[in-house]
Amino acid sequence: MDTLKVNVNGQPREVLGAQPHTTLLNWLRDQGLTGAKEGCAEGECGACAVLVARPDGDHVSGPGGTRWESVNACLLLLPAVNGQSIVTAEGLGTPGALHPVQRELAQRGGSQCGYCTPGFVVSMAAEYYRPGRKEGQHHAPNGFDIHALSGNLCRCTGYRPIQDAAHALGTPAEGDPFARQRQEPAPPARPLHLHTPQGEFHRPASLPEALELLARHPDAKVLAGGTDWGVEVNLRHARAGVTVAVDALPELRELHWTREFVEIGAGLNLSEIERRLDGRVPLLAQWFPQFASRLIRNSATLGGNLGTASPIGDSPPVLLALDASLVLASAEGDRVVPLADYFTGYRQTVLRPGELIRAVRIPLPLAPVTAFYKVAKRRFDDISSVAVGIAMELEAGVVKQVRLGLGGVAATPIRALETEAALLGQPWTQDTVQRAARVMGGEGTPLGDHRASAAYRAAMLAQLLLKFYAEHSAAGAREEVAG
Amino acid sequence: MTSLHERPPVGAVGAATVHESAPGHVTGSALYTDDLGVRLQGLLHAWPVNSPHAHARVTQLDPSPALEVPGVVRVLTAADVPGVNDAGVKGDEPLFPTEVMYHGHAVCWVLAESVEAARLGAGAVQTEYEPLPSLVTIQEAIAAGSFQGAQSTLRRGDVTLGFAQAAHIFEGEFDIGGQEHFYLETNAALAHLDESGQVFIQSSTQHPSETQEIAAHVLGLSSSEVTVQCLRMGGGFGGKEMQPHGYAAIAALGATLTGRPVRLRLNRTQDITMTGKRHPFHATWKVGFDADGQLLALQATLTSDGGWSLDLSEPVMARALCHIDNAYFIPHVEVHGRIARTNKTSQTAFRGFGGPQGMLVIEDILGRCAPRLGLDAHELRRRNFYQPGEATPYGQPVRHAERLEDLWTQLLARSDFSARQQEVRAFNAQHEHVKRGLSITPVKFGISFNFTAYNQAGALVHVYKDGSVLINHGGTEMGQGLHTKMIQVAATTLGVPPERVRLAPTRTDKVPNTSATAASSGADLNGGAIKDACEQIKARLAAVAAGALSAAGKAHVSSLGVHPNDVRFENGQVYPLGRPDLSMTFEQVVHDAYYLRTQLWAAGFYRTPGLHWNREAMQGHPFKYFAYGASVSEVEVDGFTGASRLKRVDILHDVGDSLSPLIDLGQVEGGFVQGAGWLTLEELRWDESGGPNRGRLLTQAASTYKLPSFSEMPEIFNVALLERATETGVVYGSKAVGEPPLMLAISVREALREACAAFGPAAREQTLSSPATPEAVYWALNRARKGAQEKDAQEPAPADD
Repeated sequence: MDTLKVNVNGQPREVLGAQPHTTLLNWLRDQGLTGAKEGCAEGECGACAVLVARPDGDHVSGPGGTRWESVNACLLLLPAVNGQSIVTAEGLGTPGALHPVQRELAQRGGSQCGYCTPGFVVSMAAEYYRPGRKEGQHHAPNGFDIHALSGNLCRCTGYRPIQDAAHALGTPAEGDPFARQRQEPAPPARPLHLHTPQGEFHRPASLPEALELLARHPDAKVLAGGTDWGVEVNLRHARAGVTVAVDALPELRELHWTREFVEIGAGLNLSEIERRLDGRVPLLAQWFPQFASRLIRNSATLGGNLGTASPIGDSPPVLLALDASLVLASAEGDRVVPLADYFTGYRQTVLRPGELIRAVRIPLPLAPVTAFYKVAKRRFDDISSVAVGIAMELEAGVVKQVRLGLGGVAATPIRALETEAALLGQPWTQDTVQRAARVMGGEGTPLGDHRASAAYRAAMLAQLLLKFYAEHSAAGAREEVAG
Repeated sequence: MTSLHERPPVGAVGAATVHESAPGHVTGSALYTDDLGVRLQGLLHAWPVNSPHAHARVTQLDPSPALEVPGVVRVLTAADVPGVNDAGVKGDEPLFPTEVMYHGHAVCWVLAESVEAARLGAGAVQTEYEPLPSLVTIQEAIAAGSFQGAQSTLRRGDVTLGFAQAAHIFEGEFDIGGQEHFYLETNAALAHLDESGQVFIQSSTQHPSETQEIAAHVLGLSSSEVTVQCLRMGGGFGGKEMQPHGYAAIAALGATLTGRPVRLRLNRTQDITMTGKRHPFHATWKVGFDADGQLLALQATLTSDGGWSLDLSEPVMARALCHIDNAYFIPHVEVHGRIARTNKTSQTAFRGFGGPQGMLVIEDILGRCAPRLGLDAHELRRRNFYQPGEATPYGQPVRHAERLEDLWTQLLARSDFSARQQEVRAFNAQHEHVKRGLSITPVKFGISFNFTAYNQAGALVHVYKDGSVLINHGGTEMGQGLHTKMIQVAATTLGVPPERVRLAPTRTDKVPNTSATAASSGADLNGGAIKDACEQIKARLAAVAAGALSAAGKAHVSSLGVHPNDVRFENGQVYPLGRPDLSMTFEQVVHDAYYLRTQLWAAGFYRTPGLHWNREAMQGHPFKYFAYGASVSEVEVDGFTGASRLKRVDILHDVGDSLSPLIDLGQVEGGFVQGAGWLTLEELRWDESGGPNRGRLLTQAASTYKLPSFSEMPEIFNVALLERATETGVVYGSKAVGEPPLMLAISVREALREACAAFGPAAREQTLSSPATPEAVYWALNRARKGAQEKDAQEPAPADD
C-alpha cells in the first residue's frame, strides 16, 4: 500500500491511516490547522479555501513553474492531493509577521467576525501571486480580478473593505518565498493506490491503467475534479467502494486544435481551459465567468460536469450550441458521441460501464454570433433556473444556421429543435423572433421548484431569445442591456 | 467626575481603530468554539436524529441498534435528563420531544468517537412516528386560528375619525419573507467537566448567562455549578441569542454522563434546518391621507410566523408594532399584532428584531400609494416626517426628530438626487428593455431592549501592579467590534494607551447575570459598565496621585497641593490640571497605590435610566433614544429577466459621536448589504405540498439559499456618518449601530419598485413581492407593462419541489 504524503505550509507530512473519503479540510483541522473553516461543506462559501501549488503551463511544453491556485479544501478528498503542496492562511503569515494580503485586509476593516477571513486571505493570495497580473487588468489599478473572490462569502462586511484591500495590493517583494517558488516546478498529484477497510482510492498513472481499473471495477466512482462528488460525500454522505481519480491523466489534459475541431481534455479544469483557449472560443469566453466561482473552476472539469449529467449543469447548453461531441474512451478504444445524443434521461447517459469521457470536441469553424444567458437569483456563483446557449450564423439577413442549447427546463439538457426550425431560413427580424420566442416558450417541460416557478422558466425561454435579438440586431444592439 | 457622554480632549475613543482580533482573523489564529475541540483528549462528537415529519407523535424510540455501531458511546434521550427537559425559558421547547413539531426536529442525540460514527449511529436509532396534521404557512395558521403568546394592539387616537377625515383611503395586503442568519460559523458547543466536577461549556452564544441557566436547569444544577464561555462568534445577527442553549445543554449533558468532553457542531444543513430565522410576516392594512398626502390614519393587522414555539416572538412583534411608524407621524393608529403557530423552526431574533418588518409595511404602503396621490415617493415621505415635539403612537416623544429633516436634506445634496432623478427619467425614456429606479428612504430605530430588565450590564476591570489593564464585560463578540470599542472606552477612561488594555473572554464566572448581546445595545450597556468600573479605579488612583503630586508640587513650586478632582489621566501620564510638566506615569501611580493598599480592581455596573414600558397597553418610554439614517439607491432592471444591478448607494447615518469610526462604517455597510440580501435575494422556501416532505425547508444549503456575494455589492458605495451628533446620556456620546443600518436597504426595494413602474404608464400603483428576487421583479414589471391591471398578471403560486 502506498503512503500518502502532503506538504503543508512547507512541511512534508505523512498521512497515517488515511481513509478514502476524508476531505483535505477535515484532515487539516484534525492536524490543528483550524484556520480553514467549514462554512457550507459544498464549495459555496470559500471559508475552507487553501492554496495548492500547481504546475504552470501545459505539460507539453515541460514542467514549467508553479502557480498558486485557491481551491475548496472541503471538496478535495485528501488522497486526491497526494504528493502536492498546500498552503493555508496560517502558512502565509502570523500575527507578528503578516503577509501583505493579511495586512491590507486587517488594516482596512476587511474582517469583522473573522470566520470567512482565512478563506478570503487565501483567494486573495492566489490572485496576488497570479502570473502576469499587471496594472489596468480587470479595471483595477493593480490588475486584481475581484471575481477571483466570487466563491468567498462574507456575511458581515458587505465586501467594500475587502475589495479596497484587494485593490491596494502591490506586487510581491523581492525575496517573497511564495513568489520565488513560482519559478520552481510544482509537485504534481502523485499516483496512489490506497486500500482501506472503508474502500479504495486510486490515482492511476496512465489512461490504460485507468481503463484497466474501470474494467475491473465497473461501478467505481470516477473523480475528475470532484466538486460535485465532494458535495455528495459531505452532504449526502455518499461513499464509493472504489474511487478512481482521472483528472491528472496526461491523456485527459490535452488541448489541441485541428482544422476540423478543437479538442479539450476532460481532465483540464475550467480555469486551465479558459487560459489555454484565451478567448478563441468566444461563447466559452463569455461563459467561463458565469460557471460557479474561481475556487470551483480551479478544480472542476468538463469531464466532471458532463459525467454527472445534471440537467442544470452549466456546460451542456453552451456545448450543445457549439455542436460539441464527446470522445469516450474504454479498454475497447475510443468512440465519438455527439453531445446531443449523450443524455438519455435524468442523470442518465450513453456512457457504458468501464468507459470515461476523454475529451470534448468542438467543431470548427465556429458560428459567428453566439451568446450565453443564465437566469439565476444571484448574478454570479449560482445554479441556473434556466440557461441558454445560442450559436447562429446569418447570411444576407437570413438565419442560415442556429443551435439553441437549453438547461434547466427538462430532465436533461436539450436542444430547442422546434425553435431552431422556426428560425432557420427566416429573415432575422423582430417578427421572426417574436414568432420563434412563442415556440421557445413551449420548449421542454419546465418544473417549478425553490429556484423558480415553472411559469417563470417558460417565460425566460421566450424572453432570452428576445434578449438575444435585442443585443444582436441592428436596432437592439444600441441598447445597453442590464444583467 | 464627568457625565457619561463627555469625552476628554485626548483618548482612544473616536479613533479609527482596527478590530482587536484582526491579526488573528487574517492568519487563522483567532479561535472559534469548534476550533477548540481538537485540543482536547477523548473528545466525543454529537449527531442528532431528526424528524422526517412536520408534526408527529413519536411512537417508538429505540436507541439500542445505534449502540451496535462501532464507535458509538451513548445515545442521549429524555430519560437521561436529571433536571428540566426544556431548552427554552418559556417551558414550550422540550429538549427531547415526544411530539415533533417541525421537519428536522431532533428527537435524540448520538455520541460517538467520530462524527462519522455518530452519524451512522443516528441512522441506526429505531424511530416510529404517528403523523399529525400540520400547519406550514401563515395562511394555514390564520385559517386554523393557530396562534401563540400574547396578542397586542398599538393604539392612538381614533382611526374611525381619521378615516372620516381622509381624502384618500387605500387598502392592501403584504407578505414579507423571512431570512436565514447564515452566520458563517454554525452553532457549536463544547462541554467538559473540570477537576472539581464543575461544568464548563464553550458555546457560540450571544447570551452566555441564558445558556448557563438553561444548561443548569437541564442538568438539575445551580447556575454556580455551570460556567459558559464564548471566545468569539463567527457571526450571530440575533441567531445565537436564544437558539444555542439547547445545543449547549446537549453537550453538557453528554459530558456529565460520559465524563468526556463533548463537541456538538451543526453542519450547515442541520443549522438551517433546525434553527430559527427572521419571522416571515403577513400584513393587511388600510391607510388614510389628507388631500396633501399627510398621513391621517393607519389600521393594520400584522401576523408573524412564529414557528413551533414562542421563543422571542412576543418581543419581536412588540418591536414590529413600535416601528410601523418608522419616521412618520400618524395621528390615528390601530395596529394589531399576533403570532401564528406553525410547524416550522421557531423563528427568533434577527438584526432589527421585528423592526424591519414593521418599517417595511409602512414603506411599502408609501411606495405603493405615492403615485395614486400624485406625489413623488420621496416627497410623500418627507411630508410625513416627525416634527420636534411629536410623539410616537406608543407615547414616547421623538427625541431629535429634527435630525430626520437634516439627514434627508444633506443626503439629497450629497447624492445629487434631483439631477440624477432627471437622468434616470431620460435614460428610461430612451431604453425600452432596461429601466432604472432611484429612491430615498429614512430610518428611525429605537434603541434599548423592549424588555426593560435587560437594559443593565456588568464589567470587571483589573489594574495589575505593573499598570497593565485587563477588562471583562458581559457582552459577546460576534464581529461587531464590541471588544474593540470596550478597549477604547477603558483606555480613554483610565487615560492609558489602548495597547495597555487587554480583554479577557466573556465568561459567566467573571461577570454574572448578563443580558444578551443584542438590540444593538452591546456598546451602550457594557461601555457604561466598563466606564463605571474604570471611574472607580481612577478615583482611587486620583487620591493617591493627588498626594504624590502635592508632595512633588510643594517641592517644586510650593503650591497648596492638588485636589483629587483636578488630577488628569492622559496617554499613560497622570498630572495636576494645568501642570503636565509635573506628570507621573500611570505605572508609578499604580505602583504607589498598591503599596498604600488601594483596591486596584472594580466591578462596574450600568442600567439605562428613564425607561418604562407597559406591555399590555403598548405604551411607555421603551427606548433610550432613536438612531436615524437615510439612504439613496439606484438600480437598473433588465426587462427580459427581472435581473437587477445596484448601481449606486449613498448613505448618511447617525451613530452619535462614533466610538470607533472604522468599526461603525463596517456595521453600516454590512448591515445595508445584509438588508439588501433579505429584500432582493434571500428566499426561504418550504415544502407546502401535501406530499411526504411537507414542511421540509427546501432552501437548507448554501447552494439553494443565496446570500449577497461580491456581485451584489453596490457598484458605487458612499457611506458617511452624521457629524456633530453627540447623544447625551450614552457612553462618550455615541449611538448604537448594529441593527439600524439593515433597514437602510429598504431604499433598494423602493428603487426596484420605481424601475418596475417605469416599464408601464406613469402614476400607477406598483406592487412588488418581498423578497424582490429577479422572478418577483419580472412579474412586477410585467404588471406595469400590462397597465397595472393586476388580475391580468400571471403570477404563479409558490411551487413544489
